[in-house]
Amino acid sequence: MDTRSAAEDTTTMDRTTIERTSEQELVVTRTIDGPRDVVFEAWTDPELFRQWWVPKSYAMTLLSCEIDARVGGGYRLTFDVGAAEPMAFFGRYLEVTPPARLVWTNEEGDDTIVTTVTFEEDQGRTRLVVHDRYSSKEALDEALASGAISWNDETFDQLDELLVDLRTSSRR
Amino acid sequence: MVQYPQGRLDASFAALSDATRRGVLERLGRGDASISDLAEAFQMTLTGMRKHVGVLEQAGLVTTEKVGRVRTCRLGPGRLEDETAWIEDQRRVWDARFDRLEQVVAQRRRKEQDDGHAKRS
Repeated sequence: MDTRSAAEDTTTMDRTTIERTSEQELVVTRTIDGPRDVVFEAWTDPELFRQWWVPKSYAMTLLSCEIDARVGGGYRLTFDVGAAEPMAFFGRYLEVTPPARLVWTNEEGDDTIVTTVTFEEDQGRTRLVVHDRYSSKEALDEALASGAISWNDETFDQLDELLVDLRTSSRR
Repeated sequence: MVQYPQGRLDASFAALSDATRRGVLERLGRGDASISDLAEAFQMTLTGMRKHVGVLEQAGLVTTEKVGRVRTCRLGPGRLEDETAWIEDQRRVWDARFDRLEQVVAQRRRKEQDDGHAKRS
């Protein structure tokens, strides 16, 4: 621990941060209130997972969620995106170390992305680090470019509304 | 599970699948340009450049305006935001997601505690 005040630490820890840490890597961090075995369970139990993974404002509805969180096991999420066919996201677990670490592949795209999530407990809270490794600089650049366009229209407004709701409801 | 929200974006993706068109967007990001400026910059015929600009225009990435004999192109409403803006958007998605995760974890703990009391009583 450093010498900063506890209040300052808490504020910093609470916030979700995201950073492109290299040409191929994106890292998201956040501290969740709760012990890591419960937080880990929420990432690996499909019934719990589907309750939080899709922000309400997302322009997609989760249709199905299969998670077999074992090394070599697969996952598959399907979404209604307003098109004829549902959109599927799928991959395999490369590493499952409860309640500390999860590694899976994202195989729905042209390039496989490897996601690593680590869970560190600190006094009843859990620090999450989500690390996405893209297969190349170009793959991440492309994701950034397509994402920038996707988030331009009303999705953005919906997200704003959601965040206002969340802020209001989470003042405690 | 890496997900980028999709909308009516096929036109945008198609428009971006071409290196010249991406180059045109990059160029227009630095300032408006006429079709002939662009044709010259990318060493293409006017006709060829008009086609590329047409595709970008259909995707809403570029708008054009004809003044006199010159058609000026600029980035449209669906323009590429810079990387920083995208990353901030992603941060907000994760932030919303994690807020919900925190709620799920809290419910789970309450349930465990209730179950624990039930067993003991």
